[in-house]
Amino acid sequence: MSKLISQDEALKAYHDMLLIRRFEERAAQLYGMGLIAGFCHLYIGQEAVVVGIQSILQPQDTIITAYRDHGHMLAAGMDPKGVMAELTGRSGGYSKGKGGSMHMFSREKNFFGGHGIVGAQVPIGTGLAFAHKYKADKGVSITSMGDGAANQGQVYESYNMASLWKLPVVFIVENNHYGMGTSQERSSAGPNYYGRGQGWNIPGEKVDGMVYTAVKEAAARAVDHARAGKGPYILEMDTYRYRGHSMSDPAKYRSKEEVETVKVDRDPIDHFRIYMTKTLKISEDKIKKIEDDIKVVVLEAVEFSKTSPEPDPSELYTDILNEGNAVT
Amino acid sequence: MTVEKTALPNPGLTSMTVREALRDGMAEEMRRDSTVFLMGEEVAEYNGAYKVSQGLLDEFGSKRIVDTPITEHGFAGLGVGAAFGGLRPIVEFMTFNFSMQAIDQIINSAAKTLYMSGGQMGCPIVFRGPNGAASRVGAQHSHCYASWYAHCPGLKVVSPYSAGDAKALLKAAIRDPNPVIFLENELLYGHTFDDVSQDPDYVLPIGQALIRRPGKDVTITAFSIMVGKALEAAEALAELGIDAEVIDLRSIRPLDTETIVRSVMKTNRLVSVEESWPFAGIGSEIAALMMEHAFDYLDAPVFRVTGADVPMPYAANLEHLALPQVADIIEAAKAVCYKS
Repeated sequence: MSKLISQDEALKAYHDMLLIRRFEERAAQLYGMGLIAGFCHLYIGQEAVVVGIQSILQPQDTIITAYRDHGHMLAAGMDPKGVMAELTGRSGGYSKGKGGSMHMFSREKNFFGGHGIVGAQVPIGTGLAFAHKYKADKGVSITSMGDGAANQGQVYESYNMASLWKLPVVFIVENNHYGMGTSQERSSAGPNYYGRGQGWNIPGEKVDGMVYTAVKEAAARAVDHARAGKGPYILEMDTYRYRGHSMSDPAKYRSKEEVETVKVDRDPIDHFRIYMTKTLKISEDKIKKIEDDIKVVVLEAVEFSKTSPEPDPSELYTDILNEGNAVT
Repeated sequence: MTVEKTALPNPGLTSMTVREALRDGMAEEMRRDSTVFLMGEEVAEYNGAYKVSQGLLDEFGSKRIVDTPITEHGFAGLGVGAAFGGLRPIVEFMTFNFSMQAIDQIINSAAKTLYMSGGQMGCPIVFRGPNGAASRVGAQHSHCYASWYAHCPGLKVVSPYSAGDAKALLKAAIRDPNPVIFLENELLYGHTFDDVSQDPDYVLPIGQALIRRPGKDVTITAFSIMVGKALEAAEALAELGIDAEVIDLRSIRPLDTETIVRSVMKTNRLVSVEESWPFAGIGSEIAALMMEHAFDYLDAPVFRVTGADVPMPYAANLEHLALPQVADIIEAAKAVCYKS
């Protein structure tokens, strides 16, 4: 049984999870209106994973993930305006409109993307851990992937090097049970993902990724392990995405009942709200205020994403090469 | 051992092999910048599969000279992450043939992320190692990647010929804030050149070709080991009364188009030499550039001397036929001078 958390922490966690949910709902609307195009992968249902992990990180820690990345960015404290404006391809976006949903970054928040090639972020995250160790900055790399990516070969190349060199990296497998339209059962031999580091002596555990406190406690164990110089750690987060793989996916490979059951029985936000009122005795007023505040923040982000101008045509040919300290 | 004279009189220059020059270039940059490190297969305890990193482990230790498992895709990606994290990795591929395992990380992660991040995520990394054919190593170990990597915005591609250039350009590549593909040549590692600067501050800017032999009748462009063959051909052509100008491209991307155009304005004829395949090769690009920039100056079509359009055969006679030879360059130069 988890330890009780403070009211302040609960309010922050609730805020961060709800912000992601409401942001993503608006993003879906904007997609439907044609303001967002291309690929757009929503994080709805998985909010407790990133918020729980973020709660125990230190400023020097780095975060990297694949393309279902809006939640990671908001949890890392990136400005919803800049994220939404990137989704609409505007100059006010985090990548000046040149990256899109899958390619956003923030050096300031130590968020290293936003990567569109399934699994490619895993060696990169291992490299961020290599840099932490090399610089001895006591940082830990939080390297996330989905259950789909967990079958890519480069993941195992990364596990090997991370363990061989005792790199401070926590591999998060966000198991939402579907790699696009292929269920875990149809894609993955073997019973789990958390145990796949065994051959390299990497400890792993399975976590209820729908429960903030469970995520937080497991993340603390894993991050402490990595920060102490003991090497990598794998956390398999049992979670679920409510929407399709991307906006163009009607998700016909699973039943409506399956989705509804998760929503009713395991929703990370609804259940956390009950925990806040019933167990932590937080007043409805305080919770309502957060909900109202988020409504405003998300609407402001939407407005910004509509009014921020498209990138200047001259931006087509900028940021291809960094000429900063090049030898000339 | 013969020392190849590069006709670059400078009292500060010394003779050494390409192998030693590359090693010295890395060592100087590692002394200068503590964030520079070398990783790759057999680079540390074995002193390099081709002994390019000889002695570096002794000087810099295992933190900075890192033996990797045989895991190209993984360590290329790890290098990219380390570069994002503030380090300056030199990633050695035992040969560039193995970089094909890692090409997704090189293109999608190293080359594109600066653009995709709106300029936030620079990736200062060098991928280096021997490129192209060596000797009798067959189709999977003889591949030239100049055209492959030069195709991609966000990368710089360098391919030196002499020891002095190898050192000075490698130092520039290490200092460059962008991903640089540094294509070496196994057969050149043991060649000694007299043009190596020992000034640790001497670097060559990436993107400048060098006229290795001035001439007035025909321009021959080449890079890496083909520069030597082009120079040999030029000597033979001189005896036939054809005065060839040989341009060592040195950098493939950015390409020094201006130097080639100026030369063609003078000679009105161009032969491009490379050991890779003809289709969409460096010669194809140069031919297109000359059409765009020097069309009115050409007195003959641009002639491409390339490797044969086949996977590299193992048999000695077939391998010889598959690679551009001095005689091929001579014939090409004669053809564009209408003297065949």
